[in-house]
Amino acid sequence: MEFRYIYRGLGVGLLGGLLAFVFARIFAEPFIQDAIDYEDGRHEAQEALDAAAGLAAGAHEHGEVFSRSVQRNLGIGVGMALFGLAVGGLFVVVYLIVSRRYPDIRPRVLAALLAGAGFVGIYLVPFAKYPANPPAVGHEETIGARSALYVTMVAVSVIALGLAVVVGRWLAGRVGTWNASLLAAVVFLVLVGVAMALLPPFGHVGSNRAEFGDFATETPQPLTAPDGTIVYPGFPADLLFRFRFYSVISQLVLWATIALAFGQLAERLAAAPARRQSRTATAAADRPTVAPTTAGAPTTAAG
Amino acid sequence: MTTPVAQPRQRSISFPLTARRAALGLTALLSLLLLYFIGVDQGATSLFGSDTHIHEFVHDARHFIGFPCH
Repeated sequence: MEFRYIYRGLGVGLLGGLLAFVFARIFAEPFIQDAIDYEDGRHEAQEALDAAAGLAAGAHEHGEVFSRSVQRNLGIGVGMALFGLAVGGLFVVVYLIVSRRYPDIRPRVLAALLAGAGFVGIYLVPFAKYPANPPAVGHEETIGARSALYVTMVAVSVIALGLAVVVGRWLAGRVGTWNASLLAAVVFLVLVGVAMALLPPFGHVGSNRAEFGDFATETPQPLTAPDGTIVYPGFPADLLFRFRFYSVISQLVLWATIALAFGQLAERLAAAPARRQSRTATAAADRPTVAPTTAGAPTTAAG
Repeated sequence: MTTPVAQPRQRSISFPLTARRAALGLTALLSLLLLYFIGVDQGATSLFGSDTHIHEFVHDARHFIGFPCH
């Protein structure tokens, strides 16, 4: 019984990941390439500066494990598809738990609500604190601290969402559904707001402040020669915006696919047992007749 | 007179491992494991030593999904 839902949840997640990949490949990859070109150019400018200052060329070289072509076409595709698969798995688990507890909620409504909650809780709220960064933005030394902070933010956001829903359910019987929903939203915003205020910005992590100055992010600032002239610009603002904007849209594609496709499939599954029963019943009643394919039609129309 | 007697309670088997729970738990666990490999492994932490194949392969996706990357 559950397996039929789980297979569909995984499949829908995979589909959503693939659609998000198609979007990313067409719209985002050119900007990812621009960011990598910026990184390479900056690296060269830095080396020229070091050489002028008499420093030995840094042994910092990017050993290419996979070519850009593989990363750009296959890597991002596999990555996004598997991410979709994993999200679909988590989604269907939550769907099955909630749908058993609240069987009165219509499947496609529940699917849409849960996918919306997933988009906001897993992606959008963490994004508000630690937005997605293109290549060239982010210092290699702080990857550990940044990963820990990001995962913490996701965890806090998901837990806060769960708490807000519990509070909302509890309040619903006292102040009505509408007011309870508003209050639950306030609870959620306050909880994640406090977490955002307490967690440090990426720019203050580790040795960042000592090494790069007091900035909230790790976005590269202009590269200056010792006399103060800018020899390489800071990271382009438009490029940063495009990358992040498309990141949000690709997540919307993924979660909307899950919401709509899984909702549709779950509606059909919910109607399926009744249809099968009625079909076997008619088959038993009049054996000689050919198994009628229309037998389930009246019951499905009602569902 | 009333000595507390340990009574066999239904509560002790309140969480049987049904097929449903096993399926849900396994799905959730594998999904989280998958997320870990796509998002975090071979960056901050690494299960396979200092190898970077997974990281470099899904590099663009990791950036685009929002996970911190080098």
